Order: sequence, then C-alpha cells, then structure tokens
Amino acid sequence: MTLRPRPVALTQSSRRRVAAPSARRRMTVVVAVLVLAALGLLARAFDLQVVRKQFYQEQGEARFLREMPIAVSRGTIFDRNGEPLAVSTPVVSIWANPPEVLENEERIPELARALGVDAAELKERLAQRSDREFVYLRRQMPPEAAQAVLDLGIPGVNGQREYKRYYPSGEVTAHVLGFTNIDDHGQEGLELAFDDWLAGKPGAKRVIRDRMGHVVEDVELVREPKPGKSLTLSIDRRIQFLAYNELKSALEQFEAESGSMVILDAKSGEVLAMVNLPTYNPNAVRGSSAAQRRNRAMTDVLEPGSTVKPILMTAALASGRFTPTSPLIDTGGGHWFFQGHDIHDTHNWGVLTPTGVITKSSNVGAAHIAMQLDTALMYDTYRAFGFGNSTNSGFPGEASGYLKVGRDWRPLEKAIMGYGYGLNVTPLQLANAYATLADGGVMHSPTFVKDAINEPRAIVTPEIAAQVVKMMETVTAPGGTATAAQVANYIVAGKTGTAHKASAGGYAKNNYTAAFAGMVPATDPRLVGVVIIDDPKKRSYYGGMVSGPVFAKVMEGALRLLDVPPDNIGRWYAGGPLQGQGGLVGAKPKDDVSIDDEPIEDPNP
Amino acid sequence: MIDTLVETLHVRLRRLLRRLLTRPRIDLPLAAGLFLLACAGLVTLYSAGDADLGLVGGQAARFAMGAALLLLVSRIPPAVLRSWTPWLYLGSTFLLVVVAVLGEGRGAYRWLDLGVMRFQPSELLKLTMPMMVAWYLHPRQLPPGWKDIAVVGLLIAVPAALIAKQPDLGTALLVAAAGGFALFLAGMAWWRIGLLLGAVAAVVPVAWHFLHQYQRDRVLTLLNPESDPLGNGWHIIQSQIAVGSGGVFGKGWQHSTQSRLEFLPEHTTDFIFAVFSEEFGLVGVCALLALYAFIIGRCLWIAMEARDTYSRLLAGAIGMSFFVYVFVNGGMVAGMLPVVGVPMPLVSYGGTSAVSLLTGFGVLMSIHAHRKMHD
Repeated sequence: MTLRPRPVALTQSSRRRVAAPSARRRMTVVVAVLVLAALGLLARAFDLQVVRKQFYQEQGEARFLREMPIAVSRGTIFDRNGEPLAVSTPVVSIWANPPEVLENEERIPELARALGVDAAELKERLAQRSDREFVYLRRQMPPEAAQAVLDLGIPGVNGQREYKRYYPSGEVTAHVLGFTNIDDHGQEGLELAFDDWLAGKPGAKRVIRDRMGHVVEDVELVREPKPGKSLTLSIDRRIQFLAYNELKSALEQFEAESGSMVILDAKSGEVLAMVNLPTYNPNAVRGSSAAQRRNRAMTDVLEPGSTVKPILMTAALASGRFTPTSPLIDTGGGHWFFQGHDIHDTHNWGVLTPTGVITKSSNVGAAHIAMQLDTALMYDTYRAFGFGNSTNSGFPGEASGYLKVGRDWRPLEKAIMGYGYGLNVTPLQLANAYATLADGGVMHSPTFVKDAINEPRAIVTPEIAAQVVKMMETVTAPGGTATAAQVANYIVAGKTGTAHKASAGGYAKNNYTAAFAGMVPATDPRLVGVVIIDDPKKRSYYGGMVSGPVFAKVMEGALRLLDVPPDNIGRWYAGGPLQGQGGLVGAKPKDDVSIDDEPIEDPNP
Repeated sequence: MIDTLVETLHVRLRRLLRRLLTRPRIDLPLAAGLFLLACAGLVTLYSAGDADLGLVGGQAARFAMGAALLLLVSRIPPAVLRSWTPWLYLGSTFLLVVVAVLGEGRGAYRWLDLGVMRFQPSELLKLTMPMMVAWYLHPRQLPPGWKDIAVVGLLIAVPAALIAKQPDLGTALLVAAAGGFALFLAGMAWWRIGLLLGAVAAVVPVAWHFLHQYQRDRVLTLLNPESDPLGNGWHIIQSQIAVGSGGVFGKGWQHSTQSRLEFLPEHTTDFIFAVFSEEFGLVGVCALLALYAFIIGRCLWIAMEARDTYSRLLAGAIGMSFFVYVFVNGGMVAGMLPVVGVPMPLVSYGGTSAVSLLTGFGVLMSIHAHRKMHD
C-alpha cells in the first residue's frame, strides 16, 4: 500500500511505551493554556449574563418591542335628520421597507402596476430612500386594491390601516363641513372647529417586531383606542341641496361672480342651510383654490345696503318718535343734498310713511329717520343686532364685520348708515339680525349643532319686532321691491338690498351686490333666509330681482319639507291679487318695477 | 473466476460489517460525549432554525454519515493511516488546487459540487494537515531542528496559502494552527517558537505598511468575510445582546428573541452558540463548555496514552484544534474575538464540518483502540 519508503527511524520512536518527559511537559503547558482560556470564556459569559444582564435585556427589548398606534375612526357628522354628511371609511396605506423591496428588484414593475404608479418612478423613489426603513408607497388606497397589492407577497411591502373622510354631499356641504388632511385632522370648517370632539384618541399597543419591521406578535394593549364621537348638525341636508341648486342656477342666469345663502331656524337660531358658490369637492381638495374654499357666508363681509333698514326702523320705533304710519316723511323729490352729498332714491316717492320707506326702500326717507334718531340709540340697536360682533358660532375664520363706535359718527356717516353703508356685516350676521326680528326680538346665537344650548337674549320688545315684520311684509306685496320673493300660500316678510360694491378708492359704478333677507311665514316666522349674489352681470342686478326669486324657490321647498302650515291660504282662495299676475309663485311685477337702493359715492374719501 | 472474486469480496465485506457492529473499536466515554454534543446541537438547531425539521433532519443525516465514517476509520490501525497520510495530504491539497482553478474569476469559491453533496476541501485539510506534520516528524530526531521546522513550515504554508486565496483566511489560519500544534507537541524548543513568532510579529506590520488601502480593506474583509452591510459590529452587538439577555437560566428553549426576530445574523451557523446562550443562560453555557472540556480532555488523554510519535502528535493536534474551534467561536459570540467564520463544532449547522470532525474523532478512537498493539 505505502508508496513512499518508510523512514528508517520508525521502529525506535514507535517502540516507546510511555511518552517522553518532554512530551508530558508540553501537554501540561497545553492543558494549562486550555484551562486559562476556558476560564476566560466563562468569566466573559458571567460578565454578560450575570453582571450586565439587565443592560442587555433592555437593549434587546429596545430592538424588538415597539409601541404602535391603533387607528381610530373619526366621528360621523350627521345632518339634523340623521343623514350622514361626513363619514370615515377604512382605507389602507401601503408602506415599504426600501432595502427589503430592492432585494427583489424584478418584482417592482408588478408592484407598481398594483399600486397604479410608474415603475421607474417607484424604483427611483425606493433607491433614494434606501437608507430608511419606512416609506409610504401610496396612501389611502381602497381596501380591496390594497389587499391586491399585499397579496403579491413582496417582502418589505406592508399595509397600514387608516381612515379616510368621505363627504357624501360633496360640494354642497363643503364650506360648512370643511375637510380633514391626510392624517385625519380637521383643516377647515366644522371639521376643524370640532376636531377634538370628532377625532377620538388613537390607542396604542405594544408589539414585537422583527428586524424587517414586521409585527410578529401583539404583546399588550397600552391604551384603549377611543373612537371619535359623532356630531349631529343643525343642517338639513334637503334644504341645503335646495339652496345650493337655486343659488347655482341664479348665478348662471345672472352671470354672477359668487353667492351665498344662509337659512336659520327662526325659533332656535340653528343654521339649517349654508351654501356658497363657487365651491369645491371636499373629497378631492387638492387643486381647489382658496377662493373656492372660502365660506363666504361667514368670512366675507359686505355693506348691507337697504337690508339694514328694518334694523333702523326698529331703533326708530323704539325711540317712540315713530310708528309704522307716522310721522310722514317728505322724500323731497327723490334727492336730499346733505352736507354736499346727493342722497337719492330711484324714483320720486313723494311723501312716505315709515312703512312706505321700507316698502319702497327709500334712501332719502331712511336718512331722514336716521338723522332724527339719537345716535346712541341707533348705535346700540345696530350693535344689539350683532353688527360688528362675532356671532360666536365657533366657526373657524368667522369675520366680525365692522361698525364704527357711535360717538365717532359724523352726521353724514349717520345718515348713510341709515341705509346700510359705512358698516359691513357677514351674511350670517344679517340672517341672525333678521332671525331676531322674526322671533319677537329674541336673539339666539347662530349654531351649527342641533339642540345646542343657546342663551336667548331679548333685544327689542315683541311688539316692536312684530311691527317691523309687518312693515317688511309690504316689500313682497304688490308695490314692494321684492314681489319676486313671494311664496305661494305663505306671507313673506323681507327686505331687498342692492349695494354698489366697494372697490379701490370708492364704489364701483357697475358692480353690485344683490341681496334679499327675509322670513316666512311672516305671521309666525319659522325660517329666516339671506341670499347674497355678488356682481350679477346680465339681466338684472337688483336684490329683489336677482336674490328674491332664489329666496322664494328655496323657501317654498323648505316649507313643504318642514310641513309648515301656510298662513296665506285666504289670498289663494279669494282669488287675490297674485292670481291676476299669471301664477301664484314668483309672480313678477311688470310696470311696477321698483328700483331700490341707489348708493352715494363714498362719504369718506 | 469472477464468481469466486465476488464471493470472496462478499464474505470479506460481511466479516468487516460484523466486526464493526460486534466489536467496535470505539472509545465509549468519547463516543458518549460526542453523542450528547450532537444531541445538544440538534436541539439548538431546531430552535435556531425556526423549528425547521428539514434542517434538523439534514444535519442528523450528516451526523449519521460522520458516525459511519467514524466507525470505519476507528477500524483502521494508526500504522495504516500513517502509511496513507502523504496520499491523503497530497489528494486534499490537489482538491484545493481544483477549487482554485474552478474558482478563477469568481468571488469567494470554496465548494466542490459532487452532485449528491457539496463539500469544502479546506475542511479536509483540518485533518490531513496535522496527519502530514505528524507523519513527517515521527521518524525524525525530536525536538525538531531548524531544517525540519522549515520543511514542516512549507508543508503548512502551501495549503494554507491556497485556502487563504479562496479567500477564507479564517480556515487557512485554523489549518495552519492544526499543523503548528503538531509541531509544538513534537517539542519544538521554546526559544525557536519565540524567535519564529517574533519574526512574524515583526514582518506583519511592515507588510501592512506597504499594502495599499484597498488591499488592506481586502485583508480586513478576509478577516471578516460575512460582515453585515447594515453597519459596523452588527454581528457583535446582536450576539452580545443575545448572550447577555439570556441571564443565568436563559429564556427557555425556542424563546430566543434575537434569533426568532432575525436580529441575530447567521443564527444557525456561526452564531448558533449565541442562540444557545440566550435560551439556556449561564447554566447552559457552563454545561456545554463542560461537555466540550470533557471531550477535549479525553482527546488529550488519548494523546498521552498513544504509543508512537505519529499517534501522539496527531491525537494532540486534533484535540487542540477542536479546542481552538470552541474557543474562537465562543470568543467571537461573546464579543471577545473578531468575527471569523468558525463554526461551533457539532452544534453549528454545516455538513462538511460535522463529517470531517467526526472522521477526526474516528482517528482518535483508532489510536486509542490500537494503543496496546505493537506493530
């Protein structure tokens, strides 16, 4: 077998029966070294496992124990009848651990297809963030689509449950509700105002995660998740839709820039509807402009123009020097040159009763009444009706309007303030003032929450309020400025306003704000509405012609929806004056066109 | 004619098999120690491998194969082994050359694919190297002089360099150490050892100085071939956490969080001892080390009992190599030594290592069984 010659010395060395002493010494050295090394190893083990055990256990736990949030759904927002206006739907956000995904680079196109994104882009994004462990691939996917992504089973791709807000009424309720951001926090509107209420408290759980970040096991619940509480609004979705549709068609018909409508419950001050145009889709906020997102009914101010005259009249009646019928006011041929300014009416109305000032919307008459009133009384009345004060509705970004302090009023300012210039109000403030007259002089702070506790305050006596409402009934009656605001079978009390828009350095000659504010049924008002249409360009620009019909159409529907008993059946059966004008609803005056509210140039250049 | 041959072969095979089964030449204490160790290894592997029975079964099959080789080798008298030694050495070195040629132009290349199994020729050298050194030294005047030391140095250097080129510096050093142990046990004078080590210590920094940075990096990578790209010392940190968090009594079998959550890299191979330490604590570590100490002690005792120089040097070198594996792996897991790819013998997952280790123990048993025979 052996192919090499055996060395000669073999027999000698192999015959030794016992190892040589030198070999024994070597072995002793070896054993000594081994024992020392073993002791070293044991000492190290003792150090790690006994002395520093605590440290390493904490280090270990720090690596795999994590506190993870448990998503909670945001509270649902309902309308007053329990219809959902804002709901939270479960969605899944897909996230990835970039290095892990990049390990299976060939599957990226497949992943991109399922996500609905560009493969090259996705790959680049993952490569850029390859030093991270967490990157969102796509947020808020529908659960089924997300499941399809997760079913691919690509390592490093995970889903995270979240909630996304959905607004079934879309743009119709957009301004009132506002919207939430991607993290489910309210950004605008009631979503922002009631964020704490709606948001709930995300829970937390302690989980064991492996090195790749996958949750392996739930250990314990750290904090119970508290879902958001739901909120029932005072808004009536049906009336909101009505208002939206009518406002929209009016804007198209008159080619107006923008518009707002507010409807209040006269008895409670609750906001039943609030719409603005232009609007936006709250389900796809991105791309909408700030102009679209503004809740104009609360954030924008306007000079109320003639719509303020009922408030002036309230002060006049309260002074005791005026009644609805006396004294007679001479409008002086439609012009009053006061302190170098031409206060004028559209026609020469001759001598008017105070009611006639309202009916015909005489600026000269209003200025005369204002000048005969005690400044303090007039200021206090305006103030009491909420002008220059926030309504405290709690709505984010609500404007307070502007009312100069009474003692600073110059005579000319006082005169023009009688017909609504030199102060500005929000549409909601205007509606609130009218609601106060409608409810017998009792003011409720406007609220968006159904059955909210609301301290009513008496502003004027019920008698005076009733008298003013009675005066306003003439506005929609034949000879008034807003016959187009009539509603069949109901008596409408209201007031028109056609104001020149304020512009840089004065008032724009041909740009108007057409307003109508009113209440129905006038004998026992249930609904108060304000319609503001900004800058109508075609057909007409008068409040009675532009905004009045919107009020009438919306209220007609709303009264039927709310089953409000009519207060004007008599006229219908009697074949009263309305029938002769070709219909019961929205009958338009022909030769009787009233042109109200010619403003004067800016009194304070 | 052929019938007679087949018949003869058949009869002889049967006789051999019967002798293997009825009168095995095994050392019972050593066999018992190895059996316990293999069991501990499989139990740990089951946990570290996430209860993968296929993994455990594969390892058990390799243990069985190693045990068969052990029984076979234990029947071969040391004198026969000695006479085969040069061929075994040359053969295994030749396989290294084959690997080097096949691996030309590739990255790390250590494996030979035999179809049914793959094995690392470098593992063979762990056994054939001390055999060769013992074979060369046994007929010579001991302690060895410079001339013999130079020849042994050459015998060690050639395969070690081939292994280092694969690149696998860790195994190269272990193979070289195995040869060195035989030389040391042959009684190489202390002053010669000192001089040699001093020369090496002097040359290494000088050589290091002349290397380019990229060459140094390459050497550092060789020292730490499986280094995790995630960061410096990732292995060490995770391994120390595993060992330390085990505490005195451990977290219990299959409760190693570091391994189960995949924080610990290589947890079935190089770092399986960390899993063991985490699950069985200091108590388990002491028990396992005691088992290893018993096996090593038995090896050294067999070496001392050996009747010829070849057997003594070989048995001693195998025992010391075994100890070095345990110590280097344990030191690495405990964060005392740098990360080198040395498995924990008979516990780490790995076929070639288990088979070659058991074959080595077969040699030891042969030496022990034949100590009273005179050739």
